Amino acid sequence: MKSDVIIIGGGLMGFSTALQLAMRGLRCTVLEKESPGRHASGINAGGLRQLNRNPAEIPLTVEAAKMWRSIEALVDSDCDVRFPGQLRVAESADDLDLLEQRAAMVRSLGYEHEEMIGREELYQLAPALAPHCLGALICREDGYARPFHALTAFRHKACSLGVEYRVNTVVDAVERERGMWRITTRKGEFQAPVLVNCAGAWAGHIAASLGEPVPLKPGAPMIMVTERLPHFVDPVIGAAGRKLSFKQMQNGTLLIGGAHMASLDFHKEQSEIKWPKLAVSARSVMALFPQLKDVRIVRTWAGIEAFTPDNLPVICKSSTAEDAYHAFGFSAHGFQLSPLIGRIVAELIVDGISSFPIEPFDITRFKSS
Amino acid sequence: MKDHYQLVIIGAGPAGLAAATVAADHGVEVALLDEQPAPGGQIFRAIEAAPVERAEKLGPEYRRGEKLVSAFRNSSVGYFPDTRVWSLSARREIGVINQQQARMITADQVLIANGAFERPVPFPGWTLPGVMNAGAGQILFKGSGIVPSDGIVLAGSGPLLLLLAWQYLRAGVKVKAVLDTISRVNYIKALPKLPSALLVHHHITQGLRYQQTLKLAGVELHNGIRDLQAHGNESLESISYRHKGSKQTLKTDSLMIHFGVIPNIHLSQAAGCDHFWHKRQQCWRPELDKWGGSSIDGILIAGDGGGIGGARTAEHAGRIAAFRILHNLGILNQRESKIEAAQDRKWMKADLRIRPFLEKLFRIPDSMLRVPHDNAIVCRCEEVTAGKIRSAIAAGHSDSNQVKFFTRCGMGPCQGQQCSQAVAHIVADKTNTPLQQSAQFRIRPPLKPLTLGELASIYPEERE
Amino acid sequence: MFKRLDESPRQTVTVIINGRSVAVPQGESVAAAVLAENIGYSRTTPVKQLPRAPFCMMGVCFDCLMVIDGVPNQQACMVQVRDGMHIERQHGSGV
Repeated sequence: MKSDVIIIGGGLMGFSTALQLAMRGLRCTVLEKESPGRHASGINAGGLRQLNRNPAEIPLTVEAAKMWRSIEALVDSDCDVRFPGQLRVAESADDLDLLEQRAAMVRSLGYEHEEMIGREELYQLAPALAPHCLGALICREDGYARPFHALTAFRHKACSLGVEYRVNTVVDAVERERGMWRITTRKGEFQAPVLVNCAGAWAGHIAASLGEPVPLKPGAPMIMVTERLPHFVDPVIGAAGRKLSFKQMQNGTLLIGGAHMASLDFHKEQSEIKWPKLAVSARSVMALFPQLKDVRIVRTWAGIEAFTPDNLPVICKSSTAEDAYHAFGFSAHGFQLSPLIGRIVAELIVDGISSFPIEPFDITRFKSS
Repeated sequence: MKDHYQLVIIGAGPAGLAAATVAADHGVEVALLDEQPAPGGQIFRAIEAAPVERAEKLGPEYRRGEKLVSAFRNSSVGYFPDTRVWSLSARREIGVINQQQARMITADQVLIANGAFERPVPFPGWTLPGVMNAGAGQILFKGSGIVPSDGIVLAGSGPLLLLLAWQYLRAGVKVKAVLDTISRVNYIKALPKLPSALLVHHHITQGLRYQQTLKLAGVELHNGIRDLQAHGNESLESISYRHKGSKQTLKTDSLMIHFGVIPNIHLSQAAGCDHFWHKRQQCWRPELDKWGGSSIDGILIAGDGGGIGGARTAEHAGRIAAFRILHNLGILNQRESKIEAAQDRKWMKADLRIRPFLEKLFRIPDSMLRVPHDNAIVCRCEEVTAGKIRSAIAAGHSDSNQVKFFTRCGMGPCQGQQCSQAVAHIVADKTNTPLQQSAQFRIRPPLKPLTLGELASIYPEERE
Repeated sequence: MFKRLDESPRQTVTVIINGRSVAVPQGESVAAAVLAENIGYSRTTPVKQLPRAPFCMMGVCFDCLMVIDGVPNQQACMVQVRDGMHIERQHGSGV
């Protein structure tokens, strides 16, 4: 079958791109090797975080935050968003220094979304927190959404504008022939003049077949969820000195992440929980909320995600092939950016240039290494 | 409890007890872990504590457990009751909670012997107080001598349903009605399997005669009932069903249901063992070799957890697996383990002869397994209805795991054990794919709730 | 409704079920003791606040969650009665 654009990868980036292209009148086909949002898009922690991002990502994250504020206008669903703010707590004077430097740096770049708050305000915002904390870096506009609901909303909206998608469609070969991309899959052949690589942890294969290999490393960050608890904390909580992201979801469960990695057999797509590392997460939670000691963990998982050496994504036009584009390697913090990524890729395809500063995300940056 | 054992057995029912006793008698250091406070499993529950008068009412098959348990008590098995297993890996690391202490132990060999549980078949009203599993009723009877006081309706299908009615009758409990989903078709389909079943004077064929006893006692007995529903506000007030085409209503405050049993494969799934859909038994079960060996080295499965065979078969399978384990541990050579297992193999074969007949006779109609009523709650934990599942599928969530992601069906504390089968049936039906191809819920440990404090306590030295 | 069979008396312990002292046989599960008391429902659900009672009695269904000695979400069918134990209905997620 023929379309204007073929997008490899039926995750959030793929459907966001498809949606934006469809809004600009292009016909897109999304090819997904399993089911929509099977990996990083469906199983991430749903954080809508501008806080503490790499400076290169700040212009993007700030714009993406605006998009999330009015996400319903874009995808006809609020994706169950909440904006109670995200905190990065200081537990020592050193932590406090670190966070203050960070706040100053962000201010110096001309942004105001991150600011320091003192002890008093911290305990107003999170009274359940253990009493030893000294202050926090906060982004008041931050929050979270339900990732699989967001993915479904993007998919539905894209499809309502004519986007087609194919599941269980593993791509075997990508070839360029007389100005057309020919994609050979286990479910037949697809053709289009333009190709977008949104294949997440598998995007490295596609990039390599375009002659521009990327040192992409798959990983499986672990998450655990507890039983439902009475509501006791609003903002998403992290800590300067700990690998931790902690939030109480809409339904009362606690979602605890911390970027501790499961052991992963990438080829078999099987991850196995590393309990010793989750025990560290559990201890971090208990250090900040000692009252949660007897709370039961009901579920843990680890979804497959792709990490780049500098933990920054690849968002660019291909440096080797005509009419090919990349958006992958979000290194476990792509969810918040996803509505904007579709816009950027659509701009690159339709206008030839993005209105956002995406130079730091060019695929050629890995060449010298 | 030690950090390492030659053999860890999970489950102290007939398979686990038999295997543990054999292994310990050959000098193996065995740990037998069980959730219950006393040995016997569900089938021989409270066998040591039940007063004689109660045991008599429960019948001779129950009392068979006495011998098994006393042999086990005389062995050197390290027995850990009240112990929950919350994880099992392919490397035979076993997450355990025992006496409020969580730990991770390892074993050279693992035998999963955690049996079966009653097949959850959702229908409108099955979550009402007053509705419970027939097996639960039997556990109350065995463990506590607690029985229904105002008459009871038993509904569903399977040997246990009739057995419980018979046991209640012996205890003087009023049984209002037994409503069986078995239809005439089942009898016709099962008939060719009957001669082979009758070759063994099996206790279950004996059980079929309970029907006669029940009729003589004046119990209302209906076969071929359909469209079972339970009604009530805070608790059960009445039930309705269709029989011979017409709708019937029955006032009752107690309904016990039973739709056969299915293997508890939670542990074998967690470890990553291969499973397949068993058409005749209408359930998933692990791929096993003739010794009970799973697809993972050093992990064996015996008893109903490996496929439904009943208590006697479980006992034989437990011993057969133990002889294989003895070989794996270098205690017996291949020839010796073969010889040792021969007698049990023979008995087990004879005992299993009745299964094809039972499977045909007590087959649950597929129409029920698909949960036809949209208002029936499928996921008891997250309260997700069949209608909601169907609309999720219609919205493009075309496998069990996507349905789970989208609806939270299966995300509650039971870990999807009560809804995974129904979801699979609904998905297979709606997407027109054979059940054997449909994905099951991915396992998300801990298999049993574990507190943050317990998890942290296992690895006090671990740092970021 | 449930009743106890007329059996030879066993050693009992005293538990407090929803504020009422009850003598129950030693070694019994909390769920059994609660059912014998015919309290109707033992919890309400966290999503739709609907009443539930023990269903499987063997630890798989998690429908018998109760507040035991002040700790919510305890599987009543998996906990044995102890003298002086406080057993209460759980409402929703257990506040």
